[in-house]
Amino acid sequence: MTARFDIAILGAGPAGMAAAARATQLGASVVVLDEQPNPGGQIYRNVDQASAAQHHILGADYSHGRVLTQGLRDSGAVHCAGATVWDVTRDGVVTYSLNGQPEQIRARHLILATGATERPMPLPGWTLPGVMTAGAAQILLKSGGLVARDPVLIGCGPLLYLLAAQMIAAGRKPRALIETQSRSDMWAARGDLPGALRGWRYLAEGAGLLTRIRAARVPRFAAAQDIALEGQDVLSRVRFTSQGKTHMIETDIALLHHGVVPNTQISRALRLDHAYDPVQRCFMPRVDALCASSDPAISIAGDGAGIGGAKVAAISGEVAAFAAACRLGLITPQARNAGVAPLQRKRRHELQARPFLDRAYPPAAQSLTPADATIICRCEEVTAGDIRRFAQLGCKGPNQAKAFGRAGMGPCQGRFCGLTVTEILARETGQGQQETGALRIRAPLKPVTLGELAAYDATSQDT
Amino acid sequence: MFDPLEPKSTDQVQFQFEDRMLSAPRDATLASALLGAGITAFRDTPVSGAARGPFCLMGACYDCLVSVNGVTVQACMTTVQDGLQVTRVRRPLTESEGTA
Repeated sequence: MTARFDIAILGAGPAGMAAAARATQLGASVVVLDEQPNPGGQIYRNVDQASAAQHHILGADYSHGRVLTQGLRDSGAVHCAGATVWDVTRDGVVTYSLNGQPEQIRARHLILATGATERPMPLPGWTLPGVMTAGAAQILLKSGGLVARDPVLIGCGPLLYLLAAQMIAAGRKPRALIETQSRSDMWAARGDLPGALRGWRYLAEGAGLLTRIRAARVPRFAAAQDIALEGQDVLSRVRFTSQGKTHMIETDIALLHHGVVPNTQISRALRLDHAYDPVQRCFMPRVDALCASSDPAISIAGDGAGIGGAKVAAISGEVAAFAAACRLGLITPQARNAGVAPLQRKRRHELQARPFLDRAYPPAAQSLTPADATIICRCEEVTAGDIRRFAQLGCKGPNQAKAFGRAGMGPCQGRFCGLTVTEILARETGQGQQETGALRIRAPLKPVTLGELAAYDATSQDT
Repeated sequence: MFDPLEPKSTDQVQFQFEDRMLSAPRDATLASALLGAGITAFRDTPVSGAARGPFCLMGACYDCLVSVNGVTVQACMTTVQDGLQVTRVRRPLTESEGTA
């Protein structure tokens, strides 16, 4: 039997948890499906289980997640942990694997709260073991209880500084910070500074992180270019130039980061409208002020609708819950508007520093237009040069690029190459990124065994 | 290399990776258990046979694939357990290289 709910929420990060707490309070029956064993998403991962030492290292912003996990627990929403969602349909049917078994639920309204993923950062040698994302290093701090020894941090943006500061707090300062942003990026962002000052808390936090990094005397290299990760079978050194000088640093761990992008796998699989955002340089689903997508029965809350961070995500989760409850007839439009108005004010305030951050820390040019020999599709080992060759042969978009040479056809289903393929093809063909398009996503959204598919067929006949 | 943030907990499980017996805290993911043991190369790619290890640790990149009791799984999405038999996923031989 397929269990039925008013609202199914996909993802138990800040947006999903806040949406669940609010929606149940408004009278909806709610299920939250999440792939991890515990609620929190990646930002608050393991927040209820983390030790006092971990909370000390990760800081108050991390510990704040306990308010949201408590809200989810108290809400009465069904939290389905360890659920790998692999199919979602417009009529509200969600199919997922739980302990290797296929399961299905049906909801009258869907709230997608799938968060963000690291922006792919293709560099020569980024596939070597020992090269990971900065987010991966944070996950190890949060849930693995592990800290990298003498890693180099490469890229740009607040998360890179946050990770460095957390490592310093753990007594393990990074070997070096190799930063890709330049003075001219900061200059370009100056117009957004007054707005950012109104959201001063973010800037003060950023300045605080930099102070701690300086006090710990972590070497910083600015405007790094020609970055190469080198080693035989595993990473052993990083080579780069900074301000006219070539440097070489020996290390077996490099942590990459140049921003995060919305995880749009499910919203694209649902064929909801998306648009390319030229500032955040990624595709975003089109959503209105009440988090409704191009399908009114599907809301998108949190970073999955555009990067705003954990606080904005929780606010938008609540907004989505009010809007969904109203659409389902549980509350009046007046009650919805009264609930949403203060949230929108808070949201605007929280977003004030965002335009400045986007311009001051743009994606690394070397990774947006990688050199020909750089692998861009990690799964199928397709290089940037391969994609340019496909373009010369008439390939216009990422879906065609699959047929030309398998880019995006491996197990990650384009999660770590899709955006790069679009950027390279857009540049080669002279079309815009919007016209070039994104990879078309199809179920199964995550690999499933044949046995599960066969069992799924049997369950779907039951219903 | 990765170091533990805190002294080793007493609640450890034993598992095997290739020919090594390893221990890890109960509830750790297989990926963090292997990284904690100093192992970063988890598998060989099917295309070129190059070594790979964890990249995103959040279930998105599929680079941390390992074979557990004969089934290929994402090490970052699998909880380590007592007695797991974990092996490196190897590149299948191509036709010109002969059959296994």
